[in-house]
Amino acid sequence: MQSVLPVLAILGGILMVFAATMLVPLAFAFLGNDAALPAYDGAILLTMGCGLALFLTCRRFKRELQPRDGFLLVSLVWSVLPAFGALPLMFHMPGLSFTDAYFEAVSGLTTTGSTVLTGLDKLPLSINVWRCFMVLIGGMGILVLAVAILPLLGVGGSQLFKAETPGPMKDQKLTPRIAETARGLWVVYFAIALACFLAYRVAGMGWADAFMHMCSTMGLGGFSSYDASYAQFNSPAIEAVAVVFMLVAGVNFALYFVAWKRRSAWGVLRDIETRMFLLTMLLSVLGIALFLTVHGVYPSFVESLRHAAFNVVSIATTTGFASVDYAQWPVFAPVLMLFLCCFATCAGSTGGGIKMIRALLLVKGARRELKRIVHPRAVVPVTFGNAVVDANVLQSVLAFMLIYGAVMIGATMLLLFSGLDVISAFTAVIASINNTGPGLGQVGPASNYQGLTDFQTWVCTFTMLLGRLELFSILVLFTGSFWRK
Amino acid sequence: MNILILGAGRVGESVAESLASEANDITVIDTDPARLATLQDRLDLRGVAGNGIQPSTLREAGIEDADLFIACASMDETNLVACKVAHQMFNVPTRIARIRSPEFQHDSALTTARDGFAVDEVICPEESVTRTIRKLIEYPEALQVLEFGEGLLSLVAVRAVAGGPLVQHALAEIPQLVPSTDMRIVAIYRHDKPIHELAGTTHIEPGDEVFVLAATERLRHVLGALRKMDRPVKRLMIAGGGKVGLRLARQLRGEVQMKILEMNRARCDYLATQLPADVLILHGDSTDEELMADENVQDMDMFLALTSDDEDNIMACLLAKRMGARRVLALINRGAYADLVQGTTIDIALSPSHAVIGELLAYVRRGDVEAVHSLRRGAAEALEAIVRGDKGSCRMAGRRIDEVALPRGVQIGAIVRGLPVPGDEDSLALGDKRGDARPEVIIAHHDTVVQTGDRVIVFMPSKKQVREVEKLFQVSATFLG
Repeated sequence: MQSVLPVLAILGGILMVFAATMLVPLAFAFLGNDAALPAYDGAILLTMGCGLALFLTCRRFKRELQPRDGFLLVSLVWSVLPAFGALPLMFHMPGLSFTDAYFEAVSGLTTTGSTVLTGLDKLPLSINVWRCFMVLIGGMGILVLAVAILPLLGVGGSQLFKAETPGPMKDQKLTPRIAETARGLWVVYFAIALACFLAYRVAGMGWADAFMHMCSTMGLGGFSSYDASYAQFNSPAIEAVAVVFMLVAGVNFALYFVAWKRRSAWGVLRDIETRMFLLTMLLSVLGIALFLTVHGVYPSFVESLRHAAFNVVSIATTTGFASVDYAQWPVFAPVLMLFLCCFATCAGSTGGGIKMIRALLLVKGARRELKRIVHPRAVVPVTFGNAVVDANVLQSVLAFMLIYGAVMIGATMLLLFSGLDVISAFTAVIASINNTGPGLGQVGPASNYQGLTDFQTWVCTFTMLLGRLELFSILVLFTGSFWRK
Repeated sequence: MNILILGAGRVGESVAESLASEANDITVIDTDPARLATLQDRLDLRGVAGNGIQPSTLREAGIEDADLFIACASMDETNLVACKVAHQMFNVPTRIARIRSPEFQHDSALTTARDGFAVDEVICPEESVTRTIRKLIEYPEALQVLEFGEGLLSLVAVRAVAGGPLVQHALAEIPQLVPSTDMRIVAIYRHDKPIHELAGTTHIEPGDEVFVLAATERLRHVLGALRKMDRPVKRLMIAGGGKVGLRLARQLRGEVQMKILEMNRARCDYLATQLPADVLILHGDSTDEELMADENVQDMDMFLALTSDDEDNIMACLLAKRMGARRVLALINRGAYADLVQGTTIDIALSPSHAVIGELLAYVRRGDVEAVHSLRRGAAEALEAIVRGDKGSCRMAGRRIDEVALPRGVQIGAIVRGLPVPGDEDSLALGDKRGDARPEVIIAHHDTVVQTGDRVIVFMPSKKQVREVEKLFQVSATFLG
């Protein structure tokens, strides 16, 4: 128990920060004077009160965070915060069950973007703003935000940082102090978000729509304020802006930070992972556009290209916007898109999945094994850029893949057990673990997760959390050795 | 402050640790990524793997923004070249190098000149340790002796022993008990914890660790007031003839009788050629009790264990003390061990990396800081700073000491008046003109008035108060007080 108390004190501090972020939808509700205004008073007071109480009661146990505390705190934050994030939804819609509200909040914070709500168009503006704003916060990471602005995290901050940011190699720091690194990442993130916001506005969206879709795009989430998603706008300009910024957000933000420091964008374009990411995107968009033309889905290649570009980039970067019901395309296309979303985005981006760098390391590792079969005594190091990749990193990538596969099979079996059909079950799990959003079948782009039973919703919720924290941070809590003294 | 440290060895690590705890931006360069990874996990700093003399590595570590460059890699060559590169290519304001070889020390123009290696300050842990040990041999009763004001003033840590004239008396009684000696007790540690709020009624108990400031020439009287005086050290046994052992023996030759125990035969031969014949070199293990008995360890005034192995040093000291050596000193690198043994059977535990930290801290502190000494393994600190400005622009100048708003527990111990102020041509010229007008040491009392140009020695019980103390010395045009 003694070891949990200092973690709870910090959790209290983070809850207070989270309460402060609810001021954004409150402002929208206040200005628009919409029906959800009272919901925020209660939600903010309750979140702030719980945070303060936790902070004050546990404050005297404060000490340096150990690596173990880091994992515990990350898991606690990511499981407790959605409960508070769900409060405005529950206060405004008394009919909404806790299961659904919690699912919606987790889906937002993990930047998944799958929803259990229909009639989005009729919801008060501020509720939609809050859903989308959670995506923006969750994109760069709640704990990264906490490390950036709370002074109470010293060395322990880097443990939290490692437990939350995605990617296999996290030892490289950008600045001497971790708080500076976190602050720098948020500044870069906000700067790009601002550019995205203005670009949407110029392309023809209203101010509020531009804000919400900017949040959703930057976090690679996929929430929209319309049931029809981007089909609502039916505007090539808006779709083009979305495609550009989805690609921008799919790249490692640390690279932008370095580019900003060095006043040169070359580092971003020279990065191998970025190049592979962009190359994969380009090839799949062209390939699918060609495929659609050949199958005569759309009359011209240009029209195929427009829909392929938007929907393929949207799914492959784990965003999950849709401008057409791509589930109606010949089955090869949507399945390929779901396959891409498993690995396309870069480590350190706001996207989910295995990450491009792990995929590259796996390919290189496999190539090495093939070479060793032919030349048993060959010494073939796996390199990335100019550096040799440490054997430990390769092993952790393999372990990650193993657990990723196991979780995917396990969750699919649970959904099948509960009676879901095989296409829906499998794609729901893929869409959840990669934080993408829409799957196929019952959970396809034209419908949503509302039809699932409570049990199925909880399975998807847990899978989304596992995916966002890259499995290890949560699963380590379920091992005996973590809790042993 | 933005600090770049080259080399994550023993010295680099302890320097990083000491500086990281004060909210500095620290980047460490080393060739071993594994070492950097563990350091990065433990401290809030950034590690960059690579060769520290290459401009590309230095640039990656952000040398363009660095205020201070500390080169403490294991080889002199690396450190010298790195300082040169830091100066010539990147124009880093302050460059410090760790240099082992005596031929490249301070006075060498090649080392310090701008067109030479451009090193601003040479640090040498071995030399610092040797100097510290020499002080302790000079004052065998003391636990630590630190000098301020160009040697005029000393801060000494001493364990009070029953029988000393001041022991079991209140602080207010000091002037009556030892009227001839002006001194100021700045801190008392009882059972390893500081006594907060020293007052006139506080009693000195036997076993207390007392920190006293006094003029260096009166130091013996001060020590005599707190414990019975020992006789001066005449016979010395040194276990370990490494770099520190050899340096010490060289400096002490002719002053005391020495016996050196060294395990490595080839090193023994080398030592024998380097030292005069009256220094006895013995080939043997530092923990070999038969050898120690044969060589009369029981008659030694002091036994020094200076090998590079902490455990050996501790065991050798325990053994020597048991066999009758009067006072034993162990060189201990690991902080945990040093805390464990200090003040037990082993009289003094000395940490080599620690001895050098003070010299670096003087560069990191803001304001006109002349000297910094870190006390009690980094927990407390004493610093000497020059008062600038006047009553209108500085919180210190022109005020009585009881008018200065000091943070809790912080004490102004003493003032050295009349030393030339660096950078102030008038005072330098004045010093020349006065000729024999000697600088004076003033032990601080509540009604002492601080003047511009004074060097003030401040003791702070906790390092966390450093920022507040620095503010006291800062001169600002807008300050109205």
